[in-house]
Amino acid sequence: MIFSAENVDAESVAWIFENVWLVPALPALSFFLILFFGKKLPKRGAEIGIFSVGLAFGLAVFATFTWITQINDSQSEKTDESYAALSIEGEPSQKVILTADDGAVRGKPIITEVEWFSIGGSSDSHSEEEAPSETSKENKTAIDSPAIVAIAAEDSSDSEADKSDDYATAHSESDAPAISIGTWVDGQSVMMLFVVTLVSLLVHVYSTDYVHGDRRFTHYFAFLSLFTSAMLFMVLSSSTLQLIVGWELVGVCSFALIGHWWEDKPNSDAALKAFLTNRVGDIGLLIGMTVLYFAADKSFSIEKINQMAVLSGQEGGIDKGLLTIAALCLMAAVMSKSGQFILHTWLPDAMAGPTPVSALIHAATMVVAGVYMIGRLYPVFWEGLTIAGSNINAMALIGAITTVGGGLLAFVQRDIKKVLAYSTVSQLGYMVLALGVGAYTAGMFHLFTHAFFKACLFLGAGSVSHACHHSFDMKADMGGLRKYMPKTFATFMIGSLALAGIPPLAGFWSKDEILAGAGVWPGTGGNGTYYIPFIFGMLTAAMTAAYMTRVIWLTFFGTYRGHEKPHESGSRITIPLIVLAGLASVVGFLNMPSPFVETLGLPKSWAHKFEDWVEPAGIATFVGKANGFTHAKPSLSLAIVATLCAVGAGGAVLAYYKKLYAKDPQATEYSDGFLAKVPPLRAGYAFLTNKYYLDHLYSGVIAAGTKGPVAKAAYWFNQNVLDQVINVAGKLSVFVGRFIYRFIDQGTIDGLVNASGRGASESGESLRQVQSGQVRHYAVMMFAAAALLAAVFMVDF
Amino acid sequence: MTEFLDTWGITAMVFVPLLGVALMMAMPKTMEPAIKGVALATSLASAFFGVLLLTNFNYDDSASMQFVQDVSWIEIINTRYNVGIDGISLPLIALTLLVTPLVIIYSWNHIPKPGNAKAFLILMLILHTGMLGTFVAKDLILFFVFFEVVLLPMYFMIGVWGGPQRLYASIKFFLYTLFGSALMLVSFLALYWLTGSESFDIVKLGELVSTSDITHGTQVLLFGGMFMGFGIKVPMFPFHTWLPDAHTQAPTQGSVILAAVLLKLGTYGFIRIALPTLPEAAVTWAPWIGLLAVIGIIYGALGCLAQTDMKRLIAFSSVAHMGYVMLGISTLTDFGINAAIFGMVAHGLITGMLFFIAGSVKERYHTLEIKRLGGLLLQAPRMGWILGFATMASLGLPGLAGFWGEFPAILSAYNPAPGLSTGLFRGYMVVAALGTVLAAGYLLWLLQRTAFGKPSEEFADDPEIVDAVLSEWIAWVPFLILIVVLGFFPGLIFDITDAPSTAIGDMFKVLDK
Repeated sequence: MIFSAENVDAESVAWIFENVWLVPALPALSFFLILFFGKKLPKRGAEIGIFSVGLAFGLAVFATFTWITQINDSQSEKTDESYAALSIEGEPSQKVILTADDGAVRGKPIITEVEWFSIGGSSDSHSEEEAPSETSKENKTAIDSPAIVAIAAEDSSDSEADKSDDYATAHSESDAPAISIGTWVDGQSVMMLFVVTLVSLLVHVYSTDYVHGDRRFTHYFAFLSLFTSAMLFMVLSSSTLQLIVGWELVGVCSFALIGHWWEDKPNSDAALKAFLTNRVGDIGLLIGMTVLYFAADKSFSIEKINQMAVLSGQEGGIDKGLLTIAALCLMAAVMSKSGQFILHTWLPDAMAGPTPVSALIHAATMVVAGVYMIGRLYPVFWEGLTIAGSNINAMALIGAITTVGGGLLAFVQRDIKKVLAYSTVSQLGYMVLALGVGAYTAGMFHLFTHAFFKACLFLGAGSVSHACHHSFDMKADMGGLRKYMPKTFATFMIGSLALAGIPPLAGFWSKDEILAGAGVWPGTGGNGTYYIPFIFGMLTAAMTAAYMTRVIWLTFFGTYRGHEKPHESGSRITIPLIVLAGLASVVGFLNMPSPFVETLGLPKSWAHKFEDWVEPAGIATFVGKANGFTHAKPSLSLAIVATLCAVGAGGAVLAYYKKLYAKDPQATEYSDGFLAKVPPLRAGYAFLTNKYYLDHLYSGVIAAGTKGPVAKAAYWFNQNVLDQVINVAGKLSVFVGRFIYRFIDQGTIDGLVNASGRGASESGESLRQVQSGQVRHYAVMMFAAAALLAAVFMVDF
Repeated sequence: MTEFLDTWGITAMVFVPLLGVALMMAMPKTMEPAIKGVALATSLASAFFGVLLLTNFNYDDSASMQFVQDVSWIEIINTRYNVGIDGISLPLIALTLLVTPLVIIYSWNHIPKPGNAKAFLILMLILHTGMLGTFVAKDLILFFVFFEVVLLPMYFMIGVWGGPQRLYASIKFFLYTLFGSALMLVSFLALYWLTGSESFDIVKLGELVSTSDITHGTQVLLFGGMFMGFGIKVPMFPFHTWLPDAHTQAPTQGSVILAAVLLKLGTYGFIRIALPTLPEAAVTWAPWIGLLAVIGIIYGALGCLAQTDMKRLIAFSSVAHMGYVMLGISTLTDFGINAAIFGMVAHGLITGMLFFIAGSVKERYHTLEIKRLGGLLLQAPRMGWILGFATMASLGLPGLAGFWGEFPAILSAYNPAPGLSTGLFRGYMVVAALGTVLAAGYLLWLLQRTAFGKPSEEFADDPEIVDAVLSEWIAWVPFLILIVVLGFFPGLIFDITDAPSTAIGDMFKVLDK
């Protein structure tokens, strides 16, 4: 089906797409190499990590370019009206599938799978004994589209005849298909490969300086590699089972890295909290995937699940009720992994890890996994939550609450990393909100742009802390740093502006697209009318600018409040910052709206490139359905209003601090401000500084309650009820045994037994004797009892 | 060669250890190194035959019994020496063949007090024969005999080489299990008489039950007897109270074998005997078994959270983990039974590993009290890492073996066999999924308190606290490797167990129609 054989000459799928497994495999290999040999090397393992991630990055870039070329080629073919070349034997019906609402060609996923194992009913059909590593024989490269099932079936019967041979042996023989492991290459995964490997590479380089001299330098790099590998493994998942594996591996790596300095209890507490909170969400993941497995006729295949989800309500589709349950369960997983309210509390605590790890967690790995999963299984959420034509749904609401809730908390932090952490919570809320309102591309685009500016900001914060003797306290130890560290300042500034959505930096484009996607602003269209998410999104736009202004002021302006002179960081720290700031400045142009491009007189093909490259083909299949997928239209007035909101809010905060500075250059807050004077505000402030009291609820009530009273009660029951029953029964039987022994056994059986038996009754003196006595006793009793009971059975029936 | 294997292969594997026992008995106690050598060589000889069998096993036909030897044994009661291996028993046999030699290697310089390597290792080899015998028996009486043979050596191991409460623990272990097996024997005998069978062959009995006119009520009672025998061995809530005591008091080797193999005799019994012979009763019992299983999952986890002793905590975690295995079995589906067998092997490896570590910690710190420990990663970094690895495996981390016992069991509960209440089992599924959070809670808490942080003052400069030594490494590395390999290639077990599990699952599908 597809893009098939005739099109991109897919007979030979691009080498990189078939071998994209190398991208996660390289860092995985590096993990083991560093672990076993790292300490003996001159750079103590860092060189292996950098080399392998660098290589993975190279491959990812290669994959990205191959992918883009492929899409661009097919698009130019389309414009040349050589349309027939796209479809197999020119069947007209297929053109529809190949085009989205604006006629653009979308990339079909290229799935390469090998059999992992088979379970459940392949007794006679799958007899071939197969070591799972023997890939060659079963290796199938089917370039299938998650489009319409019927056509796919028709298709495999003729035009891909030779290909279907392999396919058939692997699949059609057994009634329960083998469970596969493989790679899924499409725009979304290629985009993530690029982002993950790039950010990871920069973090590796940065870390060589930042954690230099650390007591566990080698282990740190080993886990950095494993973390990267796990995330890449998850990104490339072709089945939900594989996704679960990658998902959890990411979690455990974050556990190891957050708790890197485990000598101190707060750090290991934070690691535990991260892991346990994620486990709570994982309940949803396990159940949701279970529901989908059975709903999709016992299949873990993401392709099949998506196909059947699209057909929901029709023949061969998944029941809508099931989809809703599955989508809600998976949302729980997203809430924990991607830090959505109310399971976000682990994320700010995760700052206990080394700063480069925070950058990696917050920008490229771990937290975006949830967002990525929504995108990967988008049809499930689309149908399950009824995204189209609605005013609100669970996803959009969770995203909206998170984005504002996280943003508010960012205002009351003294710790620069915590501000950024809450900002991540807020921005993740933005992405989830985007996907919730049906703005798929906008959500993914925001994930993409956010990765660069947030990584830039975190690494910048690390650089600042490096200069300020490892403090992160903005109020106590920073201020006026722009003079001392100009490079860090400049890059941090760019990152902040991008985050605040100031044009023309990256965040502006993605944020604007999300607001348009809510479908509320006149003329934007969209997939529904999501008022609440829109209003919350607007609020967040203003808040983000405000709290970032606060951070910038407290850190880089005013007077330096720390001790000892700060200094600019070395080049291994500043170069990654410059690269990221550069990207944060320009990547927004990848998805310029068409009207903008036309107004500027740029080539038409420069518009919405990101959309063309990343948006999956599956999206297009919504077209033509009653609840189909449409792209929101950009709106200049909306962009202006949103920007003005941000600039206004940021300006207000700036004015506040300028006034304060004029009054007292050392001050960081008014001692007699509103907070001191107005009780309700003070209460609100306390509510925020206590993080909505959620931590009190979780650790104080739920965790402590389970570990304390509940567990103790259960154990008390165990020791004093269950166990006592046994002890009493035991004592009773010993009593009965002695009774029998004394009055029956001794009376009837000869003296030889008698003698050894007397030893038995004097329990404890001689261990051997006691034991053999007991054993003999019981053997006798048991067989007597057994015979008796068996006799009862015989009589009874 | 194949001819020999086909007839005498299993017998050789099972009884070779007894030859070693005879030899060791003739050796004086003082020849300790030689005795250890003989013990290891014997266990390896058994493993050698086992490997021969495993390599000659026809994996395309793992649903049927292979290498069957069926000769007359005790003619008067029609019981036969009838043994064979199929895809259900094979993974467990492999596990046993692996664990015993490794435990013997570990014993090289870890003979617990009061010493006497000769007696200790003799018991170990008898235990080995008993365990293997249970897994190969196809005859109910033969099964019963092996099932009981296992009991004695373990009883002595705990009673002689155990901790301060060894007497109480060993007698409790012995009597409790024996109580269950008495009822089990009743069921066996009644089954034999009621069907009018001419042998104790499990398969034949199953066939006879399906054609006989034994009432449903009777079948349910018979199943109840087996349930007591197997359920106590597993152990299932509320019959688990012997386990924490036995584990805590047993010497390290005993705990490892107990966790790795002995508990599986119960779950194996369910799959091998109870389900196939009494399928209709199984359907009646399944909701209750499932209920006890999920109670066990939560209850075991809560029990763990309340512990102050590392070894006792690990013991309680077995209750929770075996709950997943039993949940899988109670669904009566191919998926569930596959998961159960995988879960048995995974639990054996992982919990066995945890007990090894606990034993070595005890040896160095002379205590297992959690609040006195801490900073293992600083004092013995490699052991600390292994502990971390084993806890991660134990909490069911994907990519390690534990996951494949846990997730498929949860998954199978979504869609139990026909005739079982789907709603009920979905409820179990949710509870079982909740158990994964608690599991992470107690295991990570254990890890944090023992491995992280700094060592307490009393142990800070203790010269006895050293990192893992050679005999420990040899014993542990195979465990560690297998945990990873099975985690990434679950097909290594699922491909073997799938066919026989499907056969059992199909039986329950047909039953409904």
